[in-house]
Amino acid sequence: MDKQEYMELYHQMVVIRRMEEKAAELYQLGKIGGFLHLYIGQEAVSTGLISARRPEDRVITAYRDHGVAINCGIDVKLVMAELEGKATGVSGGRGGSMHMADVKKNFWGGHAIVGAHLPLATGLALGDYYQGNKAVTICMFGDGATNIGFFHEAVNLSKVWNLPVFWVCENNQYGMGTQVARASAVSEIRQKASGYGMKSEHVDGMDVLAVRQVAERMLAEIRGGSGPQLLEALTYRFRGHSMGDPERYRKPEEVHRWEEEDPIGLYRKYLVSKAIAAEEELNQLDDSSAREVQEAVDFAEASPDPAPEDLFKNIYASNGER
Amino acid sequence: MARLTMREAISQALWEEMERDPKVFIMGEEVGVWGGSYAVTKGFYDHFGGERVRDTPISEAAIIGAAIGAALTGLRPVAELMTINFAYVAMDHIVNEAAKLHYMFNGQMVLPMVIRTVGGGGRQLGATHSQTPDAIFAHFPGLTVVAPGTPADAKGLLKSAIRGDNPVLFIEHATLYQTRGEVPEGDYTIPIGISDVKRPGKDVTIVTYSKMLEVSTKAADELAKEGIEAEIVDLRSLRPLDTGPVIESFKKTNRAVVVEEGWPTFGIGAEISARIYDQAFDYVDAPVKRVAQKEVPLPYNRALEQLALPQVQDVIAAVKEVL
Repeated sequence: MDKQEYMELYHQMVVIRRMEEKAAELYQLGKIGGFLHLYIGQEAVSTGLISARRPEDRVITAYRDHGVAINCGIDVKLVMAELEGKATGVSGGRGGSMHMADVKKNFWGGHAIVGAHLPLATGLALGDYYQGNKAVTICMFGDGATNIGFFHEAVNLSKVWNLPVFWVCENNQYGMGTQVARASAVSEIRQKASGYGMKSEHVDGMDVLAVRQVAERMLAEIRGGSGPQLLEALTYRFRGHSMGDPERYRKPEEVHRWEEEDPIGLYRKYLVSKAIAAEEELNQLDDSSAREVQEAVDFAEASPDPAPEDLFKNIYASNGER
Repeated sequence: MARLTMREAISQALWEEMERDPKVFIMGEEVGVWGGSYAVTKGFYDHFGGERVRDTPISEAAIIGAAIGAALTGLRPVAELMTINFAYVAMDHIVNEAAKLHYMFNGQMVLPMVIRTVGGGGRQLGATHSQTPDAIFAHFPGLTVVAPGTPADAKGLLKSAIRGDNPVLFIEHATLYQTRGEVPEGDYTIPIGISDVKRPGKDVTIVTYSKMLEVSTKAADELAKEGIEAEIVDLRSLRPLDTGPVIESFKKTNRAVVVEEGWPTFGIGAEISARIYDQAFDYVDAPVKRVAQKEVPLPYNRALEQLALPQVQDVIAAVKEVL
């Protein structure tokens, strides 16, 4: 990794953090509607993981998707505009927080029914396999999704057909407010891979470089024809499940303990201690990232709402018969 | 034109489309080695191979979900659900993913896919295997629902469904596979979303589709012996629902009977009736009648099952009521 790559990881994580903090503010002001699930605390997982992908590798995730969108190269302006439901949003204001996608960046959403996107990931990989593309589909999901049937059907089929899927579980310890141990027969989600004869690993999801390294290795194996593999990233969300979370299921001390493992703080210390970057440089990057997010907010605010006459647009593809 | 069974017509459409476009492939339970549980894909596995005729585990959600994913990459999957009764375990992927992704992501995602499935009762398969839940699926904007009643329509509509860029639920009827009819050879397509007047008449309009086209035709034959000329409009697709020919016919006959195999409550008949009253109120000479399945889970016993399903006599009686 060259210095620019190190700095870019830091940059992406800080942009995500600032963006999510801003989103929380805008939500309180009523400028963002619906549900809002923040990625704060989990930035290292998606940032490390997606930094290891090739452009042809597809990414698909669940509803906690803003950070993933940034990592996939989507402009923070388009994410912010989508959060505000504007026509300039990455999904044209039709998707909202939970449904962002930019297929040109190989980011396939943004799916809000828990576990439902896992069979889609199997299909995306089938498409690449069938067409002889050397691409891997990276499918991210939470610990909670491994308790729904979709997970088991999708993972089984991916193994039966030996498809290039990289299953990445973000175990943030809770499915909404239910602790993993109270919902899953095994607390180590990776154990579920063995039921499908699938190789698995786990990684400290608060360590962006560790995630990147293991992802690079596993992606290379999958690309080489190993079949699907599963990675469990152990992480923690510092905020509630969504904005309306009373957080009765965990104590503030527990959150504080995890906050000491802040992925951005840890990575910053690493960069300084290894003399990869100076404090001053990182401060500057912090400031420019905050400006980037503020510009995105300004862009969103200045953007128009979708036109009423577009209400019925894109229900069906125009080509009824090719 | 050749005289083919419904099974042969559907099989021919699939075969020709697979020959025509390498992006078309089939996936589903027992579609390959077995040859299809209704023998529609018999011989396909040997000819096209296991990569294009893909046997799946019994995982309906994964079948439809993976078909969606493959379609997103530009392929044209024809995913088979062994029967529509198994569609419920894939419901999320049909109505919450297939029907919504194109709209929700503002047109970025295109899903050129067909879900072939089999519905209908009358084979003593009991309550869980005999349903006609077509109306449920027709409820969702974003989905296309096709249900042919003749071999020619089946071939032409299936080819259009495969070539189109939208997710299509293609519902075949379990007791129509042996039905024969004239089928144009070669590249024969019918645009989806056009109702078809299958029999001209001036006294009453019968609106129907799928298996009930056969039942309605028999009823019309009987009625003709008494001098009653029924006009039969075959909907062919439930979404889009082309009511143009229905309204046109009704304005001529001023009387209508809607015949469907599913339950009447919130059903096709309810929808067609509402549209007739809405669009042709001044032409109404009698209340629109609905002939449909009795509101019970379909029983196994043959006599009871037939009692619950709409029969020729029910259609005749309904027509006489509106005359």
